Amino acid sequence: MKHARTLRTRGGLSVRLDTRATLVVLLLAAAALAASVALIGTGDYPMSSADVVRTLTGGGTPAQDFVVHDLRLPRVLVGLLAGTALGLAGAVFQSVSRNPLGSPDVIGLGQGSTAGALLVIVLFQGDPAAVAAGSVAGGVLSGAAIYALAWKKGVQGNRFVLVGIAMAAILTAVIGYLLTKANLTDAARATVWMVGSLAGRDWEQVGPLAVACALLVPLVLGHGRALRMLETGDDAAYALGVPVERTRLVTVAAAVLLTAAATAAAGPIAFVALAAPQLARRLTRAPGPNLVAAACTGAALLVTADWVSQQLFGADRLPVGALTGMLGGCYLLWLLYTERRAGRI
Amino acid sequence: MLVDSAPPPTAAPEAEPRRRAAPRAAGLLAAVGALLLVLVASVAVGAKQIPLNQVWHGLFHYTGSETDVVVRDVRVPRTLLGLLAGAALGLAGTVMQALTRNPLADPGLFGINAGAAAAVVSGIGFLGVSSLTGYVWLAFLGAAAVSVVVYALGGSRGATPVRLALAGTAVTAALNGYIFSVQLLDTAALDRMRFWTVGSLASANSTVVSQVAPFIVAGILLALALARPLNALALGDDQARALGTRLNTTRVLALAAVTLLCGAATAACGPVIFVGLMVPHVVRVFTGPDMRWILPYAAVLAPVLLLGSDIAGRVVVRPSELQVGIVTALLGGPLFIHLVRRRRMARL
Repeated sequence: MKHARTLRTRGGLSVRLDTRATLVVLLLAAAALAASVALIGTGDYPMSSADVVRTLTGGGTPAQDFVVHDLRLPRVLVGLLAGTALGLAGAVFQSVSRNPLGSPDVIGLGQGSTAGALLVIVLFQGDPAAVAAGSVAGGVLSGAAIYALAWKKGVQGNRFVLVGIAMAAILTAVIGYLLTKANLTDAARATVWMVGSLAGRDWEQVGPLAVACALLVPLVLGHGRALRMLETGDDAAYALGVPVERTRLVTVAAAVLLTAAATAAAGPIAFVALAAPQLARRLTRAPGPNLVAAACTGAALLVTADWVSQQLFGADRLPVGALTGMLGGCYLLWLLYTERRAGRI
Repeated sequence: MLVDSAPPPTAAPEAEPRRRAAPRAAGLLAAVGALLLVLVASVAVGAKQIPLNQVWHGLFHYTGSETDVVVRDVRVPRTLLGLLAGAALGLAGTVMQALTRNPLADPGLFGINAGAAAAVVSGIGFLGVSSLTGYVWLAFLGAAAVSVVVYALGGSRGATPVRLALAGTAVTAALNGYIFSVQLLDTAALDRMRFWTVGSLASANSTVVSQVAPFIVAGILLALALARPLNALALGDDQARALGTRLNTTRVLALAAVTLLCGAATAACGPVIFVGLMVPHVVRVFTGPDMRWILPYAAVLAPVLLLGSDIAGRVVVRPSELQVGIVTALLGGPLFIHLVRRRRMARL
């Protein structure tokens, strides 16, 4: 509290800023941008950071212009937007379920999107646009099903998560079935999709994702205060004038859509939604869902992971989802360990 | 132990009506009868229907005719594997629920099967392991590692079922990510593993059965022998110690049983989920909370469930098949949701 500062305008508007949180958000945004520049410069045609910045601002050679604008910028934008969407969605789910493990990939949304996409790949051999549509439909349907099944005079956090776990198990079985039905080519394509990758993204993927983010991110951020009050408990929040169930429905629906949009563009990238809000919380040391910080962490995390994967394993050998999966696994073990030491598990 | 069925702490122990042994023994006999029926059905039903007299002929008067070969080389090993794996998964789930006092414990849900799967997949992908014996040992290694993690998490006092289930799911998610990565870097491995990772009895043959049987039988005996100490454990650590139970010995032995059972079952038929969750809940309805009855019931009824699911999977999409792991997930998922939606769940 003592680090918070209130800015007032003469018109009577005021905003309360946590100094540390603001600083962290700015640094994270800077880190995300720096990683983006580095990522644009990486590949079969390496470019220095200065060249990248010059090309982005319109001063590059035609060759550089082509490489940056047509090949690499869409990939980086998908990474930034998907990271933002996943980080924000993870923060919402963790806040609503009041649980650090309640992230979309644990509670069945990732599996729902995957099942939808696989259905299109395996049964209809659809083109990428159809696969993306299938993934959005799968994610939204599974989110709606989880919400409806968890509903019992309101949605309670633990029930939501456990219903999600059951849904994840059921959908995993469906995914497994679809994989065995496929011929080997389709199975390989499906597996690549299921890991989540930024390779070969173009402007077709950027457009819908950007629209989804532009609509949904402000919506979620607008509910930030209500979410923070919800964390004090339903009764307390209700007494403070928060429309409990409506807030939950709106934010969860937005988070489901954000996850679905990100998954449609980049595949179900593992653990960004799980790790980003927790890292953000530890960096800002602020209470509440830390929505802005979580979104920035997600973006920085995903782009950095993609850059690291390219540096370590060579261009497009290992998709970024595999790297975040392994990093996320290590992070998860650490989280379980500390939770246990703190006596919370 | 199942918290739901425990009497409230204020009630005297006598409040629970004493159950007599005779009805429960009769129930066990009925369960054995059901198991026999399912065993016969599992040999008879499939892509090729075999009449019962032919089944009898194939089993006891083997002449080498086409149906005899199907019976002896395909259906019987498959049925035996279902029997063994079902008993193994059911007992493992029962022991885990008793050990962690968590009604949502399940080898599949807590990531033990995924641990075994990850170890096997590493073996296929990196070490070039292709024999079932290799799979079994790797599966033990993976199952043991994850059981220890689950136990480390479940042994502490504040462990609520919700947090444990979440932790298990998260571990599973991480391991699944790893499994996908390995499959991705090695397409040949993908081709072999995509069938194995679903959970199926279809690949059974007599070699598989004879290789995993000793481990599963040992695990079953160990689990059955633990009935009394697990009963004591249900009263809480302090009470159990006061009653003379050696807590650490019991826990180590129970974990060893779970590892043997899950590791062997997973090595033979891939990760099958929810059998270990469903069976103890069904069984408790008949037996009450006494582990001395729950364990034998679970050992008999779990194969009924697994083989029943397998038969259903063979029938519904004939002539193709639905793998048994898919059927159990489709059956067990709704039951899990039902358990979660029950009124008392919030208190667990």
